[in-house]
Amino acid sequence: MTAAAAPATTSLLSLRGVNKSFGAVNALTDIELDVSAGEVVALVGDNGAGKSTLVKVLAGVHQPDTGAVTFAGDPVSITDPSAAIELGIATVFQDLALCENLDVVENLFLGREMSPWRLDETEMEVQAWDLLQQLSARIPTVRIPVASLSGGQRQTVAIARSLLGAPKVIILDEPTAALGVAQTAEVLDLIERLKHRGLGVVMISHNMADVRAVADRIVVLRLGRNNGEFDAKTVTTEQLVAAITGASDNAVTRRRDRARADDEAGT
Amino acid sequence: MTATPTTPSLDRTDERLQHDAGFGGTLRSFWRSVKAGDVGVLPVVLGLLVICTIFQSLNPIFLSSANLVNLTLDSCAVGIISLGIVCVLLVGEIDLSVGSVSGLSGAIVGVLFVRHGWNWMLAVALACAVALLIGLTYGVALTRFGMPSFVASLSGLLAFLGLQLAILGDQGSVNLPFDSTLVHFAQLSFVPAWLSYVLAVLAGLGLFVSGYERRQRRRKSNLSAQSMNYLILRSVALVAALAAFTWYLNQERGVGWMVVMFVGLVLVLNYGFTRTQWGRSLRAVGGNEEAARRSGINVRRIYLTAFAVCSFLACVGGILAAARLASANLSSGTGDVNLNAIAAAVIGGTSLFGGRGSAFSALLGTLVIAAIASGLTLLNLDSSYRFIITGLVLAVAVAIDSVARKSRASHGRA
Repeated sequence: MTAAAAPATTSLLSLRGVNKSFGAVNALTDIELDVSAGEVVALVGDNGAGKSTLVKVLAGVHQPDTGAVTFAGDPVSITDPSAAIELGIATVFQDLALCENLDVVENLFLGREMSPWRLDETEMEVQAWDLLQQLSARIPTVRIPVASLSGGQRQTVAIARSLLGAPKVIILDEPTAALGVAQTAEVLDLIERLKHRGLGVVMISHNMADVRAVADRIVVLRLGRNNGEFDAKTVTTEQLVAAITGASDNAVTRRRDRARADDEAGT
Repeated sequence: MTATPTTPSLDRTDERLQHDAGFGGTLRSFWRSVKAGDVGVLPVVLGLLVICTIFQSLNPIFLSSANLVNLTLDSCAVGIISLGIVCVLLVGEIDLSVGSVSGLSGAIVGVLFVRHGWNWMLAVALACAVALLIGLTYGVALTRFGMPSFVASLSGLLAFLGLQLAILGDQGSVNLPFDSTLVHFAQLSFVPAWLSYVLAVLAGLGLFVSGYERRQRRRKSNLSAQSMNYLILRSVALVAALAAFTWYLNQERGVGWMVVMFVGLVLVLNYGFTRTQWGRSLRAVGGNEEAARRSGINVRRIYLTAFAVCSFLACVGGILAAARLASANLSSGTGDVNLNAIAAAVIGGTSLFGGRGSAFSALLGTLVIAAIASGLTLLNLDSSYRFIITGLVLAVAVAIDSVARKSRASHGRA
């Protein structure tokens, strides 16, 4: 395993020794994570590695049992989702967390409507179009319930929602899982734009090509623990797979070796 | 009308979108949404027409001015209770104790005002405070202890009925004096004829002005706007309908101030549901509680306010019911008050499944229930028929709600 790439000096969000257990299951054990401004950190790991739990801790959905969270140099405790939003941590959840009975504009501005006592629907609708056009979203109208949108359109709405309100850190849990080719490229472009704007981005993905395309650093989780940290420019796929599965002899390498052996036998 | 715009407005650029400009387009899009299961108030309006036709053909007194004046006055108490039910149904919960809370409130006001000689306003204020406390208790029971509102309010139904009996004591009833402000308000105070027409015109003007402002703002922001013809037609139709109705009622005693109060509360809650962050949060919590929480909405506070508003309106309804009868007694708020209030909300088109509904559903649904009760009374049929028919209407309303919900799901309108 290579030595971890040195975390940047100006860490925007950092976690030290975070533990979280559900009953007898230790979902997260001694997790360390640093995100700097203008940096894209990819969080990878197998199913059940604790990625989504970690996201929920950062978003204030779950509270860590022990451990310290520092945001912009100050120790903070993210007690609920609104605390995370107020700090400037925006999250796109894997299940998107949209209200199907509300329309696109209502979902985008949910919880931070403009002029709460006399909703400014016109301005919200204009901003919604603005935001969706930035993402090249293919949504015919913003006044239909989210229930009638396709999976990819919903994902775009969820991403658009995270961009409202000038966040400092954006957490994307499998942002490209349901997207088409063009929209995936748009999201990857967007991640780079956010990075250049000086935001910290945490991105979870199973797609190694996407991860290596945009990430600066790759943090591997395995069974709820840190299992290596790599520089995205230099790491090889073998190293990543070994860290994710916990062994250099794993299902992926065995499959590859079998395919090679078959090829050689065939030729 | 205006010339055809050369560039499509901001929200009409997608070529897949069906364009519904102008008056005909508005009707077309309305018909499309009905077909997709977005039926809104259509079933209840049709139902009301059928009910009126049937009862009018059986007994010509049914649509007489005198009977309609009574019918509107009788609707108010249950209608206001039903408004509160809309509130809890929006967050996907239920309050089965509104009948008991209304009876309890009537008893508190009656006993304090008549037996203890309190100022009536103080008595009403205390009853409202008690009701708010009850609503907050349900909210806490749900959010802190995870008690389903169904069970919490069912136990409340029994407990507050007991409290009502205890407060009324051995005599079992309190008669409110006829010269008191409360009874006078509920039985004898009517809007002067000229003022009733002014109110009708004001309603139409209000609809027009708010629609016009919205239209101007949307056009300025390059968004599609409602057709001007449609807006004018709607406002004129509203004024005409209200003026005709008030004229008809004015042939007799006229429009009760209590009715104005009920309609006013409907308008206030309609504003709250549609134009405030609170109303949007109610629908969000009713649609997807977890998503609402992750959006930073204080879900606990939304539940608490929903239950508090519901109990508060049940209290107001209970006091008006006692004032209308000039009596608070053991049977106030019992029997079919609960079911009527819940049925009215559902008949009016508020979904039992949470996240969908409007304040007007309480108004329309209550009219249906009151029309059935009044029609059957005129036919000299006893309450057994009233219960059976109201039960059937509720069953039909829930069936329409469920079918429309499935249809919306398959048309992607949930």
